[in-house]
Amino acid sequence: MINWLANPARFMRLSARAVPWCGWTAAVVLAIGLFWALVVAPPDYQQGDTVRIMYVHVPAAWMALSVYLFVAVASAVALVWRHPLAEVAGRAAAPVGAAFTFVCLATGSLWGRPMWGAWWVWDARLTSVLILFFLYLGYIALVNAFDDPSRGGRAGAVLALVGVVNLPIIKFSVDWWNTLHQPASVMRVGGPRIAVSMLAPLLIMAFGFALLFAVLLMLRMRTALNERKAMALRLNSGIAAAPRPERAQTVSAHTAVP
Amino acid sequence: MGDIGTFLAMGGYAGFVWSAYAIALAILGGLSVYSWRRYRDSIAALERLQQDLGRRR
Repeated sequence: MINWLANPARFMRLSARAVPWCGWTAAVVLAIGLFWALVVAPPDYQQGDTVRIMYVHVPAAWMALSVYLFVAVASAVALVWRHPLAEVAGRAAAPVGAAFTFVCLATGSLWGRPMWGAWWVWDARLTSVLILFFLYLGYIALVNAFDDPSRGGRAGAVLALVGVVNLPIIKFSVDWWNTLHQPASVMRVGGPRIAVSMLAPLLIMAFGFALLFAVLLMLRMRTALNERKAMALRLNSGIAAAPRPERAQTVSAHTAVP
Repeated sequence: MGDIGTFLAMGGYAGFVWSAYAIALAILGGLSVYSWRRYRDSIAALERLQQDLGRRR
């Protein structure tokens, strides 16, 4: 499957059809999810309407972890098999994962203030998610730090793989340490412990976020492949070798930007 | 439900609930718009380049 998809030309063909389809489905699913979360779902008997923050906070947290796992797997494939698409996929996914992580932290803060009485506490769950956010930023900075994109890609991939240690720490932080953050109530042994009227919009929002990630991933990978193709054309056509300095500068600017 | 004022008030937590949704919309919507624009730019740049190269030959 990975081998078959690792052909950039095939990826471009398939994603051209998948992007609009996925994009419109994401829009519809998110619209339904938002209506359900904000209007239909009941307020919590203890937390009142602040529980509605859960419908963006929890799916964002799930995506923050899943996208990181995706970047790590893509990095492993890029390091071991040198698949041309794997590195492109990791680079394309990381900013989306960082965005989800930021949304998770910001909405968590807005939920923590009324319910815990604090915007932020240095608790194991919150701190490990903050570290996840910095891992994303570190990866993004590292893959863009080198003039030679393949060196940057390798350095970033190593960081992404080392950072995987953080994923189980985040997941089990609420069980290992005595934290203010509540333990898992959906993805737990013995099934979800949450009312269906709240579980349904939560899962719909999560599905919408996953679709949004798929669309953004494909769009950003297509962008990267277009940019690489343009650079290759420029180099092959001899524009790079042209004596005019402004042309040479254009090319070096493109090498610096991935 | 029913009246829009009660809905917007969010049981007294309007500031927290709406800010959370606004931040999520701004970040994820902003990233989507940015990614889309950059995608359109990459197509336009590639087409321009291919036309230029076609003319040179």
